[in-house]
Parts: sequence; structure tokens; C-alpha cells
Amino acid sequence: MSLVEILPLIWFGIIGFGVIMYVLLDGFVLGIGILSGVAYGEAERDIMMNSVAPIWDGNETWLVLGGVALLAAFPPAYTVLLPALYLPLTAMLIALIFRGVAFEFRFKARRKFGWNTAFFLGSVVATFCQGVTLGAIVQGIEADGAQYVGGAFDWLSPFSLLTGAALVAGYALLGATWVVMKTAGLLQQRAYGWSRMLLTAVIVFMALVSIYVPFLDGNYAERWFGFPHALLLVPFPIAAAGVSYFLYWSVIKRHEYWPFLLSLAMFVVGYGGLAASFWPHIIPPHLTIWNAASPPETQTFLIVGLAFLMPFILFYTAWSYWIFRGKVARDMGYH
Amino acid sequence: MALDPEILSRIQFAFVVSFHILFPAFTIGLASWLAMCEGMHLFTGRDVFRRLYQFWVKIFAVSFGMGVVSGIVMSFQFGTNWSVFAEATAPVLGPLFSYEVLTAFFLEATFLGIMLFGWNKVGPRLHFFATAMVAIGTMLSAFWILSANSWMHTPDGYELRDGIFYPVDWWKIVFNPSFPYRLVHMVLAAYLTTAFVILGVGAWYRLKGTAHEASRVMLVMGVAFVSIVTPLQIVAGDFHGLKTLEYQPAKIAAMEAHWETEEGAALALFAWPDAANETNHYEIAVPNLASLILTHEWNGELVGLKDFPESERPPVAPIFFSFRIMVGLGILMLIAGMLGLWLAFRGRLFDARAYHRYLVAMIPSGFIAVLAGWITTEIGRQPYTVYGLLRTSDSLSPVAAPSVAATLSTFVIVYGIVFGAGLYYIVRVVRTGPEKAPAHPVPDPYATSARPLSYPNEPVGEKS
Ligand code: HDD
Ligand code: HEM
Ligand code: HEM
Repeated sequence: MSLVEILPLIWFGIIGFGVIMYVLLDGFVLGIGILSGVAYGEAERDIMMNSVAPIWDGNETWLVLGGVALLAAFPPAYTVLLPALYLPLTAMLIALIFRGVAFEFRFKARRKFGWNTAFFLGSVVATFCQGVTLGAIVQGIEADGAQYVGGAFDWLSPFSLLTGAALVAGYALLGATWVVMKTAGLLQQRAYGWSRMLLTAVIVFMALVSIYVPFLDGNYAERWFGFPHALLLVPFPIAAAGVSYFLYWSVIKRHEYWPFLLSLAMFVVGYGGLAASFWPHIIPPHLTIWNAASPPETQTFLIVGLAFLMPFILFYTAWSYWIFRGKVARDMGYH
Repeated sequence: MALDPEILSRIQFAFVVSFHILFPAFTIGLASWLAMCEGMHLFTGRDVFRRLYQFWVKIFAVSFGMGVVSGIVMSFQFGTNWSVFAEATAPVLGPLFSYEVLTAFFLEATFLGIMLFGWNKVGPRLHFFATAMVAIGTMLSAFWILSANSWMHTPDGYELRDGIFYPVDWWKIVFNPSFPYRLVHMVLAAYLTTAFVILGVGAWYRLKGTAHEASRVMLVMGVAFVSIVTPLQIVAGDFHGLKTLEYQPAKIAAMEAHWETEEGAALALFAWPDAANETNHYEIAVPNLASLILTHEWNGELVGLKDFPESERPPVAPIFFSFRIMVGLGILMLIAGMLGLWLAFRGRLFDARAYHRYLVAMIPSGFIAVLAGWITTEIGRQPYTVYGLLRTSDSLSPVAAPSVAATLSTFVIVYGIVFGAGLYYIVRVVRTGPEKAPAHPVPDPYATSARPLSYPNEPVGEKS
């Protein structure tokens, strides 16, 4: 294979990695925001927010990386996707503004109600919009070359609303199991309860989405049930079933770390299944990773720096998680 | 006026980027100031530096948070509103933005967490290291984004095929002709912006008679800094202008509201540019000065706007006025620095009340100068997004006007609320003052003991 064929493959992997990092890391922070809506009073909300306050900014940076790396490596994917999803993406950005400033403002405010609401609604709306975006991509986006040719509301469909709701449940599950890991006492007990309910919801949503997908346009049906591609996809439902089983078991058994790790695993499996049913498209139905690739000069220039910088980034990110390990207490001092 | 997605998108871009730039302009300087305070504390052991650190870090946290959320909006604007521009420039600009994320954003965001919450988690040296990393991160951020922006002004190292810019020489792309000048000018601008906030706050405490020790430090360091850096900034601005004359003569002609090509051109101190009649009204001008400044010759020739077809001219009036606002503020800053030096030599820096009032009034000067400078630069490049090669009208996304109208009005309302609140909290922190900072650093975030709520968790400001 030549460079022109291999580079897009590597970049597909890199972007995939960036996106899943974002989904996992900001997923549990957004999940905390969603669950803050059911927290008992300011004390619980303090603990939940403090458990993520030192790291949320770094987690959100993966979103920025996903955006600009997509622009650099697959420009048409970026230039088709963003105008097509103009309204939900802008809504997501605005929701993220409220979510983000709530961290700083809530602790400085005398009356917390407003910023509590901003934190909760910001997280819910941002998550929902991300789920809608996912659904809209799976449905397929009309493009002519590198430009979007559809209308302002093409993204809106029962399917994209379903994926939006599914992601809210999914992120909340990540958040609940994070709370299990980072807290003790009553809050932790309640978080076990949330985890159980949310796990059930996530399984139902996953089933609904899986049933729906083959009925969408595009060649998903062929892909899921046709030979030999189906063989590639078989492991994913099996893995999903296995992971959900162990997740359920670890919640019942009151494990502290496993629930969080297994919910991460659940996302990885779901994401892998999606990526495999997309392949080799980056934005179905027109853009494949080859016809959307940017010139090799661009992809090479960036990959060199990335290979050098990514280990450092992963290292100091891990280090900061290590610094803030352990359980969080109520009076964790905000600066 | 009919709804036109182009003009709406331009307004939206200008609005969100203008908001965004206010925060980096402040945090770039503030991060360095914090690193210096913490370094001084480590080095001298003087408590006042710790108090200063703990005071300014609260303000830093609020404005950094707003810088981040408004920046994330920016990085999506290229795709949502300028997708044709994004498609054409992605092979060149995409990696520059990506390098900004990889080298700067991760660094800032991760070490920010340690800086704000790590007081008792890491030792003092490691904590200082975290602060320094955040400061370096803000610099790297400025480096890459200004490189990208400068490339749009003075594109180099590319090959244009079928409307797409292909990279040829990365060195020439990153270090394109206007970049070194813009980088120096912008970083100095950020430092000056911060310095005038610190000076103004220090002067305000002098006027109120509180925070004695801290306000002295702020005044001395601020005056020393400003009196050196303002002249440098003016020189940097001059060089920047010379480069612009070389690459974007129409912009310079608009900055000077120069219609005729002439030798020994005059510098208009004030005028009312009239684009329709291609002339100025109420002009007050100094003969030969413009030629002297821009060509460094008494009788140098300057090209006037009439030499450019109308379709190639930027709008004149906003550029002319914003440039004068920036330069005027630069001169006021110079006066502030020189006066401060003079007072310091006479031993009166700490009780010259009129001077302190002047400094308080100068608090917003840096922000206004930065905005005015960007307005000059960006409107001056019209009608192009990539100068001379890609027109703004050809850069637009296929989005519907009602969509853009909806998002623009939402942005205006949301930014109004969020940034209004941010400003309010910053003012409250300033009112509380550095003396009320806790005697001990922020308590251990993960301590399990049920001690009563500590100061930092409490709302800032006096109890109402
Ligand atoms: C990385 C690129 C970049 C950066 C750092 C900036 N801009 Fe810019 N600006 C653009 C990239 C750009 C652009 C995408 O190229 C625009 C959009 C449409 C256009 O005309 O150029 C633009 C337009 C634009 C306009 C509209 C001009 C007009 O329509 O007449 C204004 C007022 C500004 N910008 C202001 C700013 C300010 C205050 C900045 C300070 C941070 C700034 N820009 C940084
Ligand atoms: C259109 C242009 C710009 C885009 C797309 C952009 C993008 C961004 C993004 C995405 C962030 C958030 C980073 C995070 O998640 O931590 C950010 C923050 C930041 N940006 Fe920008 N930016 C632009 C203009 C500028 C300019 C002109 C400067 C400085 C000269 C600058 C300096 C910074 C700095 C220092 C931060 C860190 C946050 C802060 O200090 O407030 N940016 N920017
Ligand atoms: C008084 C002397 C000054 C001169 C002669 C000067 C000159 C210039 C010129 C010619 C430009 C336009 C560059 C272009 O064509 O793209 C510019 C832009 C700018 N100026 Fe100044 N300037 C001065 C003072 C200041 C001060 C005091 C500040 C802020 C504290 C400032 C901040 C900026 C900024 C942020 C920009 C836009 C970014 C850039 O292009 O660098 N300037 N300046």
C-alpha cells in the first residue's frame, strides 16, 4: 500500500481515538451534570462537582482536538458535518458555555440556584445534542463534494432523537459509576441505585438503536446481516452482553472501581460496533476516509508532531488524575 | 434590510471572536504575573507574594474559564459558518490549529487543575512548575493562533490548485511574513493589558487606603513594567505597520484615510472619511508626517485609495478610527509609564492621588486597544479572508439566514448573561481585596475531616 492509502487509515484511527477519549472523559463529567439534577441539596452537589472540578477542562479539550484534527485530516468531513448540524452543534456549544462557567461561578455565587440550573441543563442539552449529532451521522448526510446540500433541519428525525436520549442515559451511567468510585456513604449508596436504573435504560436504548439501524437508508442492513461483513460485527453484541452482565453484577456486589471501568468498556464496545458498521465511511453515505483525506503533506506534517506530543499529553493527564485520586469529601476547598 | 447569511455570519464571527480575545489578552499576561509572584514567593519567602498570588489566581480562574468556553465556540465557527473557507485552507491551517491544541490547550487545561486545586497535593516547587506550565501554554497558544491568522493576511509557502491551498513549505507557512511582527505586538499587548489592570487595582487600593503592602508591590512592579514595555510596543507597532505597507497597502491607505497617491503625505490627526465622495471632511493634518512614519523619509511616496479599484478597498471609516483609538491609548499608556517613573524618582509614587485616579481610569485601556487593533487588522483585510486570494463572499457556508440570525441573537444574549456575571464576580473579588485572603493556602480538597466550610468555599465579597 502506498502512503496515500495508509495515512488516511492511521488518521481514521487517531480521530477515532480522540473522539472516544472525549466521549469517555467528558462523558462522565457531563453525566455528573445530568445527575446533579437529582442530587440531594447543595452538599451532594458540592461533592459531585468537586470530584471533577480539577479535571473537566482537560477532558473537554479532547473535543477541541477532535474538531481541529478532523479539519486537518479530513477537511470535507468537517465542512459537510458542521453546516449540516449547524443548529444542534451551536446549541451544544452554548450549553457547554453554561456548563463550563458554572464550575467557576457556582462557588462564587451567594445564591446557587441559577448556576445549579445552568450546570444541570447545560450538561443535559450538550449531551442530547451530541447524541443527535451521532444519530444524524448514522442516518447519512447529503453532500456534493465537500459541501453540504441539505436543509437546516435534515438532522431532525425520530432516530436522532432516540440517539440523543440514549446518550443522556449513557453519560449519566458513566457519571453514576464515577460517583460510586469517588465518594463514600449515603451518596455512594444512592449512586449504586442510579447505576442500576441507568444500566437498564442503556441496555434498552442499545437494543432499540440496534433494531432501528438496519431500517435506515444506506447499506447497514446488508452490513449487519450480509456475509462476510456480519462476521466482523458479531463480536460486538456478544461483548456488549458480556460487559453489561459483569457491570450489573459489580453494581449488585457493591464493587467500587469495576462499575466505572465496565461502563467505560461498554462505551468502547458500542463505539467499536458503530465504527465497524460505518467502515470505510467517515460521513455516510458519500464520504469515505479516502475521498475525504487531506493531502499527504498535511497528514504527514501533523502526524510527526502528534507521535511526539501525544505520549506527553497522556502522561501528564494520567499524572493529574493520580494527584487527585481518592475519595472526595464535602469540604473540598474550591480555590 | 434583507437577511443575508454573509453579513450575519460576519457579525457573528466578529462578535464571538471579539469576546474571546478579551480573555486571552488578560490571561496571557496574568499567567506570567502569577508565575512571577509564585516564583518570588519561593525565592524571597515574602508573604505578600503569596497573598498576591492567591488574590489574582481567583480572578485568573474566572477569566480563564470564560476564555476556554468562548474559544471552543471559535474553533467550530470555521466549519459552521465558513465551510468553503475551511475547505480551501484546511490543508494549510488545520495542522496549525491542531498543533495549538496539542502543544497549548492540553498543557494549560491539565496544569490549570493542579494550579487551582493542587496546593496541598503537590509540593511548592511542583506547584510553581504547574503555574509556569500554564503560562507557557498561553504563550504557545498565542504562537499558533497568530501564525494561522497571519497566514491569512500574508499567505506563503502554499500552492493553489482547484481552489484548495496545498502546503509546500511548512517553515514558510508557520513563519509567514507578517507573523513575527504580529506575535510580538500581540504578546506585548496582552502584557500591557494585564499590567494596566494590576496597576489600576493597586492604585484603587491606595485611594481606598487598604491593602498597603500588596498595593505597593503592584504599583512598583506595574510602573517598572509599563514604562519599559510601552515604548517597545510602539516600536513594534511601527515595524508591524511597515510590513503591512509592504503586503497590504490598501489597508494602510484606509488606516490613514489617504485617497490620493502623493509624496510627502500628511498624517491626519482627525478627519471624517467620506467613502462615497472619496474624500475627508474636517481634516486636521500634520504635513509630511505620514510619509515620515511609514517610509522613514520626509518625501516618501504613499499610495492612496483611489489607486485601488473600489472592489478591492476595505471600508475606510472603521479602520481609520479604530487605528486612532489604539494609537491614542498607546500614547496615554506611555504617559502613564513616564509619569510613574518621574513620581517614583521623586519618591511620591505611593501618594500621588491624581496619578492613582488616572491609573484607575486606565484599567480598561488595554482591552479597548486590543479590540481596536484587531478591528483595524481584520476589517483592513476585507474584502478577503485569505488576502488577495479568497474573498469573504466566497468563503461562506451553505447555511440559511434564519439559522444564523437565530444563533447570532442567542450568542448575544448568552454572552451578555455569562460575561456580565463573570465581570461581576471579578469586581467582587477585587473589592474583597488581597488582605482577606486566607492565612493558609487553600485547604486540602480531598481531606476527609469534617472541618467547617473554609473561606474559599464561601461566596466572595461582603455579606449582604
Ligand atoms: C484564526 C483566525 C482569526 C483570528 C485569530 C482572528 N480572526 Fe477575525 N476573522 C477571521 C479570522 C480570524 C476570518 C475567518 O478570516 C474572518 C471571518 C470573515 C472574514 O472576513 O474574516 C474574520 C473576520 C473578522 C471581522 C469582520 C470583518 C468584517 O467583516 O469586515 C472582525 C471585526 C474580526 N474578524 C475581528 C477579530 C478580532 C477582534 C480578533 C481578535 C482575536 C480576530 N478577528 C482574530
Ligand atoms: C479565531 C481564532 C481563535 C480560535 C479558533 C481560538 C480557539 C480557542 C479555543 C478552542 C480555546 C479553548 C482551549 C481549551 O479548551 O482549553 C482557546 C483558548 C485560548 N485562546 Fe483562543 N482562539 C482564537 C483566537 C485567539 C487569539 C487571537 C489568541 C491570542 C493571541 C488566543 C489565545 C488563547 C489563549 C491564551 C487561550 C487559553 C484560555 C484563556 O487564556 O482564556 N486565541 N482558544
Ligand atoms: C502607539 C503605537 C502603536 C502603533 C504604531 C501600532 C501599530 C499597529 C498596526 C500598524 C497594526 C495593524 C497591523 C496590520 O496591519 O495587520 C496594529 C494592530 C494591533 N495592535 Fe497596535 N500599535 C500601537 C499600540 C498598540 C497598543 C498600545 C496595543 C494594546 C495594548 C496594541 C494592540 C494591537 C493589536 C491587538 C493589534 C491586532 C493584532 C496584530 O495585528 O498584531 N497596539 N498595531
